[in-house]
Formats: sequence, C-alpha cells, structure tokens
Amino acid sequence: MNNTSILIVGVGGQGTLLASRILGDVALSSGLDVKVSEVHGMSQRGGSVVTYVKVGEKVYSPIIEKNEADIILCFEKLEALRWIDYAKKDAKIIINDQRIDPMPVITGKAKYPENIIEKIKANYKNVIVVPALEIAKKCGNIKAVNVVMIGVMARHSMFEKDIWIKAIEKTVKPQFLEVNLKAFEEGYNQSDT
Amino acid sequence: MKKLMLGNEAIARGVYEAGATVATAYPGTPSTEITESIAKYDEIYSEWAPNEKVALEVAIGASIGGARAATAMKHVGLNVAADPLFTASYTGVNGGLVIFVADDPGMHSSQNEQDTRIIARGAKVPVIEPSNSQECKDFTKEAFRISEEFDTPVIVRLSTRVSHSQGIVELGDRENYELKPYVKNPAKYVMMPAMARRRHVSVEERMAKLRDFAEHSLLNRIEWGDKKIGVITSGIAYQYAREAFGDVSYLKLGMVYPLPENLIKEFASQVETLYIIEELEPFIENQCRKMGLKVTGKDKLPVIGEYSAGLIKEKLLGETSEKLNDIQDEVPVRPPVLCAGCPHRATFYVLKKLKLTVTGDIGCYTLGALAPLESVDTTICMGASVGVAHGLEKARGKEQSKNTVAVIGESTFIHSGITGLIDMVYNNCSGTVIILDNSITAMTGHQHNPTTGYNIKGEPAKKVDLVKLCQAIGVERVKVCDPFNLKEFEQIVKEEVAADELSVIIAQRPCALLKHVKFGTILTINQDKCTKCRMCMRLGCPAIVDRGDHVEINSTQCAGCDLCPKVCRFNAIEKAGGRE
Repeated sequence: MNNTSILIVGVGGQGTLLASRILGDVALSSGLDVKVSEVHGMSQRGGSVVTYVKVGEKVYSPIIEKNEADIILCFEKLEALRWIDYAKKDAKIIINDQRIDPMPVITGKAKYPENIIEKIKANYKNVIVVPALEIAKKCGNIKAVNVVMIGVMARHSMFEKDIWIKAIEKTVKPQFLEVNLKAFEEGYNQSDT
Repeated sequence: MKKLMLGNEAIARGVYEAGATVATAYPGTPSTEITESIAKYDEIYSEWAPNEKVALEVAIGASIGGARAATAMKHVGLNVAADPLFTASYTGVNGGLVIFVADDPGMHSSQNEQDTRIIARGAKVPVIEPSNSQECKDFTKEAFRISEEFDTPVIVRLSTRVSHSQGIVELGDRENYELKPYVKNPAKYVMMPAMARRRHVSVEERMAKLRDFAEHSLLNRIEWGDKKIGVITSGIAYQYAREAFGDVSYLKLGMVYPLPENLIKEFASQVETLYIIEELEPFIENQCRKMGLKVTGKDKLPVIGEYSAGLIKEKLLGETSEKLNDIQDEVPVRPPVLCAGCPHRATFYVLKKLKLTVTGDIGCYTLGALAPLESVDTTICMGASVGVAHGLEKARGKEQSKNTVAVIGESTFIHSGITGLIDMVYNNCSGTVIILDNSITAMTGHQHNPTTGYNIKGEPAKKVDLVKLCQAIGVERVKVCDPFNLKEFEQIVKEEVAADELSVIIAQRPCALLKHVKFGTILTINQDKCTKCRMCMRLGCPAIVDRGDHVEINSTQCAGCDLCPKVCRFNAIEKAGGRE
C-alpha cells in the first residue's frame, strides 16, 4: 500500500487537532482519499494525544500502526519517544524541542527520560528538531506552536505552499490568522537540524 | 460538493438531508459532535436535554407529532434512555425516529465497554452500522426511511473511530419532508396492557419483515475477491479487515440487527475459511454459530478493547510487526490532568486535606481520583455519587456521613443527581452533597446545560437556580462558596459534614477554559523564600514542577489562577509580572 501515513502526537491542549484539520484540508484539496482520526474527551485534558492522518488512493483503516508512519509530527519530546515505534525506519520525524512534564514526573514518581533527541537520532536517520515554542513566542502567541510545526512539515511535504496557506486561512479563526500565518512562515523557513 | 467530515458531522448532515426538524441530546463522548453539528443547521430545531431519557422522549414526541426526529448519545446514555426505548419499540413511529448511539471500544472516554447491539436486540429495534463518514450520512437517510416503512425506531450504531474520524463526504440536498398529520391513536400510543399486548404482536411481525428486508437491503453487500478467505464484518472492523486481508471476499453488513441469514449462508457456502470480525461482543458470530456455520472469530480475537489491522494480522494470520528500536523502556505515562486554573483542584485539595470519603461522578472532576489529589473513592455512572453516599450511610450508620461527601458537577446533577438528592431528603440522610458548578458541561467540550443560562445555540435561556431547586425539594442547609476561597470553603465543608442534617454545598467557580474567565499575571516561585516544603505540589497543578533540588512554576503552563499562593505558608509564590 502506498498511502502516506502521518502521526501527530502531543499533549492535550497543544493544538494537535487544529494541526490535523489543516493537514486534512490540504489532503482533500489534492483530490486524494484521506482519513483523519482524532481523540476527543477525557484524554484531551493534558493527556497524551495522537491524531492519525492517512492520505492516498484509497484509505481503509483510519488508524496508523507500529512501523507504518511516514511522518511523525511530535509536539513534545516525551511524546515523540512514546510514539516513535510507529515510525518507519526512514520516516521523517519532526520534533518540537519542548518538554512538558507529565504528572508522574511532576510528583516525582517517575523520571523524565534524558537525551530523548539523541536516542531517537541514534535509531532513526531523518530527524528534524524545531524550537517551535520559541518561534511561537517570537510570533506573538505560544499557542501557535501547532502552526509552526505545520510550517516545518509543509516544507517537507508533497503539497504546494499556497495550498497550506489556504487551508490555514480556512481553519484558523480570523482574529488569530495573522499570528498563525507568521508562525507558518517561520516554521516553513526553518533550516533542517 | 465534497467535504472532509467527522463521522459525527456526517451524521448531522444526513439528519439535515433527510429533512428532519427535531434533534435533542445530552452530550457524551464520542457522540457529542452529532448534536453540536446539527445545531448549526437553522432548519432543524435542536436542544441539549437534561439527560438521554428526556432526549429520547422528546424525539418520540416529535415523531408522534409527524416530524423526522433524531437523538444522539453515547453507549451508556442508552442505558438511561432504555426505558422509553423499549416501549417506543412497541408504539412505533409516525415521522421517522432515529437514535444514534456511539460505542467506545477501548474506553477512550467511558466507564465501561458495553455493546449497544445487545440492548437493541433486547428492545427489538433494528441496528444500522456505518463504517466511514460517507456511510454515516447515507445510512442516516436510509435509517429514517426504514423507520417509517417498518414503523420502528432505528438505532444507528457508531464507535469512537467512526464518530471521530474524518473522511470525505459527498454532500446532497435537503429532502423536502412534509410534517405528517398527527392523528390521535391510543391503540398505538397508549401502552397499557390491553393495547401493548396487541402491539407486541406487531413488533414480532415487524421483526419478521425486517429479517426479509435485510436479505435484500443495499446496506448489506458482498465484495467478492479471493474465495479462500471470507470475512463477515461491519462498522469500523470492516476497515481494519480490508487492510489486514486485502483482496479476499467480504460480506459487509450495514444492517447488523436483524441479520440476513440467507445471505450469510450463501456467502459462507462459497468461501473456504470464514472469519467473523467485530469489535466487542460476538453478536454476528453467535448467530452464525447458531445457524450451524463453522467460523473463526472470538476464539482467536478479543472481546476486550479496540481492534486494528495489526491486531487482526497478528491473531488470525500470525504476522507480528518487527521491533525497530529499544529506546522506549522508560517512558512515563501521561494521564489526563485537571487543567491549570481548574476550579476542581481547590475542591479536591480540601477534601483530601480533610481525609474525607468521596463518592464521585462523571465529568472532568473524575480526575480527582488520580495522584496527587487522589480524593475520589467511587465512580459508577451519571448521578451515582449521590445515591452511593446515601447507601454508605444506610449501610454504616450516620457516623459514616460525618466523613463522607458526594461530589457531582452541575450538569451531571441536573442529568440524574436530583432524584438521588430527593431520596436523601425523603429518607432522612444526613449526608453532604457538593455540587461542582463550573458553569458549563466541560469534559465533553463545553456544552451549555439548564444551569448556564444559554441554550445549544448560545442564545439566552431560562436558568435553573440550583439553590432554590435544592431548597424546594427540602434541603434546608444549602451553602454557596467559591472553592478558591480555600479557608472559607474548608470551614463550610467541615461544618456541613459535621451537621446532623442533609446539606448541599454549591462550589461555584467557572471552568478555567471558558472564554470569559480572565486570570491575572502568571506566578513564579521566589527561590530565596521557598523552603522546599512542597505543599504546593499537593495541588497536582501541571504548571508546578519538581526539579529535584527545587520547585518551579512552568511559565507556559501557568494560568495565573492564584490558587498556589494560598497554600504556601512562606509567601514564596509571587506574581511573575506578565506573561512571557
């Protein structure tokens, strides 16, 4: 099967849903079949969240499984590590270099793993690290992390830049459009590290 | 026109295109967006009802009144609505009546994993099951048609992955459905024994006709491929099976109750190995076995949790996926948490401090069961906090109520806490009920309810006054307090728990995520003043982080709610002076 499978992972509240909706809209406008699977409800409250996006000639299961993802968009480092086994060996792994401690770490019952990026890089060759929180702050709204990440992915995607921008214009509320377009541009222009 | 839609949005579109004019529901993940999306169509009257039973009754009324009517709920909501369901099956309909029920295999957001098909069979109501967004829309329209042709309510069964997956949907026009005349017909709608006996006969006749219909309905289709393997499946399991098996033969059932026995036999006779793939209970499988077919299903596949193509490959084809790394040994879990600024945090902090037994309920505040707040002792179902607290006292005596409280959200209280509270009043309970009034139905994504003063469309509406309500049913001690006034709140809880009478405390503070909630500047810990006593850590705030040698506040997480300075005895938590 030659579908493209994209996993978006993060922490509830980081805006992974909006990112997947932008991505879904881009895929739709390409004329391909697409499925986007979201998680709503309890796990959204600061829990580990995952969204699956699959694009191709014909998509059956909306779910992406282990070793299947072509791209993983990680909004947080620990979540990158949690979901890394869903990546193909040569998957593009885009990681926001942000740390959000889960409750077991906050309360001292567990340790936040060290050197996550290095560990992932040692096992997977296409790893792109993005200081998305810093970039979002610079753009004027820390909530724009999701669109910074979309910008980074857009550059590595098969879709034209203006299709992405149109999708953002359709998806984002008008009052946040300016900051989000700026965030997209900044993400898009990130050099690969 | 093509659009990318959630299964739930596509259902709403189907309701719209079918010409329905009444929709009513109580929110429940994963069904909520059905009614939220319907509310965007001005041609359809929509509402949030206090609970699923009322919602279904309203939909029944609308159907009797000649309209096409819809109601939506999660699987456990159908338990609440079961009473009207079982008898609406007898009365049948006038305008089409469709009940959308979303199951939650894997329990992403639920307290159990029940299978709606089993209740539907009990109620003798046909079940239709779509497997993607397009089918959600198409099957919805067919469901209304079937409802009218066979004079029956119809259940459309969904699951989390169908409801919450977006897929491409081809939009159609709205049918110009004319309201049917209302004709008084007690033999059909007054279900007392003499009439109901005759209606039961009609129900059985209807089931026979539906069994016939299922044989030829386009909802059920065979996709022939390699006949070495035949798969009978439905709903989301069809998608997983397609991906796992590829080009084999499929009998894809869109109508799962009643089942097309002849079609199944015909299909089975032409394939070498027959698999039944369905999530949760062996519903199709048991029927096939009863028919004497040799099948493989739950003998190899689980009745617990969600399926996936990978799981099917592993259990039925013996294929496992290779492990590509060994770096995931120590990944700490990330359970959901109460948000920074959440009003419930203060409540549970106090309840834990007072070492109370807490009977809990369904909502964000169920998270008060998790570390470090760890306050909640029980969570059963909507409204159960109140009855369970009453039962504890009746089992263990009045002393039990001196260290017990029930906690229940305002929406859940309206849903099914009121009757429990009446039981407490009527049967002389001295317990304490804390209504967590955060001005919204929060967990399901901010829906209005009868206490918020707004309707589903955000228009001003009559507001249930919780104080007057409690007083009116006979609760004499009713206190209202903002739990963020920690000292006052603690004092009130102590007094009311100690009192020999029943009391209600309304802990009133809006959800931190509501737009109108504005906090001040964010906070920081002055490390010179901090003694590292870690009292603030007991709040379980996601913004307060233990770095080992010191405790700090994460500036991107902090909401600036000002709760943590109230628990710091050393005045070490200060305003950080503006958000970064």
